[in-house]
Amino acid sequence: MKYLKEYRDPVLAQKILNEIGKTVTRPWSIMEVCGGQTHSLVKNGIIDVLPSEITMIHGPGCPVCVTPMHLIDAAVDLALRSNTILCSFGDMLRVPGSKMNLLEAKAQGADVRILYSPLEAVAIAKDNPEKEVVFFAVGFETTAPANALSLVHAKREGVKNYSILTSHVLVPPAMKAVINDPLSKIDGFLAAGHVCTIMGNSQYYPLASQYKVPIVVTGFEPIDVIQGILMVVKQLEAGTYKVENQYSRIVREEGNKDAQMIIDQVFEVSDQVWRGIGEIPASGYKVKDDFEAFDAVKKFAISIDAPEEKTECISGEIMKGLKKPNQCPHFGKKCTPENPLGAPMVSSEGACAAYYHFSGTSIHA
Amino acid sequence: MQLSCPTPKLDFDVVTLGHGSGGLLTHRLLDKGVFEILGDVLVNAEHDGACIETDSKMAISTDSFIVSPLFFPGGSIGDLAVNGTVNDVAMCGAKPLYLSLSLIIEEGLAVSELWRIIDDIAIACRKAGVKIVTGDTKVVDRGAGDKIFINTTGIGSYLPKAAISPSRVIDGDAIILTDSIANHGMAIMSKREGLEFESEIKSDSRALNHSVESIIDSFEDQIHLITDPTRGGVATVLNEIASKTHLGVELVHENIPVKDQVAGACELLGLDPLYVANEGVYLIFCPLEIAESVQEKLKNLGHEPALIGKMVQEHPKQVIMDTPMGGKRVISMLPGSQLPRIC
Amino acid sequence: MCLAVPGQIKTIEELHGGLLRKAQVSFGGIMKSASLEMLPTAEVGDYVLVHVGVAISKVDEAEAKKTFDYLREIGEVGELEDIDEYLPKTE
Repeated sequence: MKYLKEYRDPVLAQKILNEIGKTVTRPWSIMEVCGGQTHSLVKNGIIDVLPSEITMIHGPGCPVCVTPMHLIDAAVDLALRSNTILCSFGDMLRVPGSKMNLLEAKAQGADVRILYSPLEAVAIAKDNPEKEVVFFAVGFETTAPANALSLVHAKREGVKNYSILTSHVLVPPAMKAVINDPLSKIDGFLAAGHVCTIMGNSQYYPLASQYKVPIVVTGFEPIDVIQGILMVVKQLEAGTYKVENQYSRIVREEGNKDAQMIIDQVFEVSDQVWRGIGEIPASGYKVKDDFEAFDAVKKFAISIDAPEEKTECISGEIMKGLKKPNQCPHFGKKCTPENPLGAPMVSSEGACAAYYHFSGTSIHA
Repeated sequence: MQLSCPTPKLDFDVVTLGHGSGGLLTHRLLDKGVFEILGDVLVNAEHDGACIETDSKMAISTDSFIVSPLFFPGGSIGDLAVNGTVNDVAMCGAKPLYLSLSLIIEEGLAVSELWRIIDDIAIACRKAGVKIVTGDTKVVDRGAGDKIFINTTGIGSYLPKAAISPSRVIDGDAIILTDSIANHGMAIMSKREGLEFESEIKSDSRALNHSVESIIDSFEDQIHLITDPTRGGVATVLNEIASKTHLGVELVHENIPVKDQVAGACELLGLDPLYVANEGVYLIFCPLEIAESVQEKLKNLGHEPALIGKMVQEHPKQVIMDTPMGGKRVISMLPGSQLPRIC
Repeated sequence: MCLAVPGQIKTIEELHGGLLRKAQVSFGGIMKSASLEMLPTAEVGDYVLVHVGVAISKVDEAEAKKTFDYLREIGEVGELEDIDEYLPKTE
């Protein structure tokens, strides 16, 4: 496929890796923010072949992992209602709630459907006028425009039985929370390319200059990630802290203005609870009053109190990069993809899942 | 609709509960419909069961088929029901001879669809060289099934030169894949997801028993194990073997054959080809010294084989694949069904 | 994050009196539809990045070349006989 395969060329990757080796003179810790970047690093074995001076720290960029448990419970409750169709992205189905996950709810008779796109949920609502259709709208800024668009379509077409249960999280506040954690030691960042495709790069300039950290926006193919690491290392060695764009074939400096307009139409920024981390101010989206008829939280009077989760899962430390998955005492023992203690082991972008599936318990011990 | 035989002329369009009651309607459905279409593939099926004479070790296998949609590019539930069980018997190192055929039909299934399925069964049986010797037909209420479920049980006689067993797989054995993977699963997924192709992805459903017989005839007990990676794909089967043998598996990423369009469809749906179902390929475990000859023989039989890896002492019970970047990754067992990713 | 794949627009249809532009996008021969509501200037032949059924960006072919120009900068090109080998080919 064009614009995909070329960025997987191992010969090219090796050249860039060699250059990293030639450039680096001292240990650096770099956080890749996004679960997709973590996935790419581990699946392609890149973390095996990076020079030993470089430590990759896995960031909180897994919206499935950070969706608060009370929203999973709300989704399960809605799904179990006899007149409701709960639609979701596939990733959410095995994330543990306090009693069960969505897949288990489905086995109990709930009408749970896996969709590729929220726009399909609107079509399902039109086809089933006697039922309530709720879409579990999870994601970072990348997915917000599509989720917002589904509401715009529903409003425009007079669809009354459609709503979304929102768990939208924003990247820059999360990066700020991570940098501010006194225990974290991060020298530079790989920023999430698809988030920046929508939002542009401007939010990262204040972060770079305030905290003096180089930030490089990268894509997700091996060449993208490795080239991004090279660009961060070059800055670190030179003592600079700029925002650079490795993914310029896709990311425009100003982002996608049309997408931002659609987000603005439907969503407003709000405080958000991140599972395992806690509340981060102004780090999420909630549905604006104009669209409150499509907000499942209001429609079904869902409580947004997030009770403290009693769990052995150390997802907060994993997502802030304070610990690696294989440093968790339960990794691969009490906590496996079949019996996850928390979300990072079950989401396909979760760091624990990436380690478990691609490194097993032996390769990176 | 073109069947391979004249279309039965009957005065009903859909299957009803009456057709499963065992009375006149059942006899009409079977005698004038199902049996007509099966033709010479059906033998000795008048009594409650079939009596078979045998003077050799026998292999037996059973499988149920619940695929949806019923018809997909490259096949249908009908030929799957035959090929799936024929292949399972062949993978034991046996020559499949006879099948039982059991149908559970949901009330309301269009008779035209039923004839198509039975016709596909007949054609697949002829290609595989097997006969149907006994069967059963039930009809369930609307909503209690999903159009049609089929069970087939197959028996075969053990090939005298075969010595197939997971316990014969040893450190150093080559792992050969007979053809490209993920075609069947992606043909189904693509139909379900409504993907269209400039040229279609087709299921690879076919009988492998003739190929297996030739390979065992040529290489005899040097073939330590054969197995077909159906549900769960190559990754699942290799994990099972690693677990049974307490050996490790080493795979070479660039040797694993996946057609471009199939790889593209996997990419789009967020699936890994190694975990996608196949219905017309099998794996051969044999000493490395004969791997090239085995591949030559497979090519002569019309396959497109590849040497994808080997059994090793290291990392017992784990399947590890090198990555193009020079690192390694574990190919683990999936906890449940592969769910398409978005994020 | 967020699985998004690049493909080429083959056809565009306009629905709801032009309010909704929907494209058939080819991903290496596999056709899938995508909304163009966030890319009002996208045309047939353009390469776009599609995420959950919505096209979110156009691929800038000139910028794509830059990845490979960057290599020139870091002095590796001497060994690369033909850098055009590494540039996306026009199909």
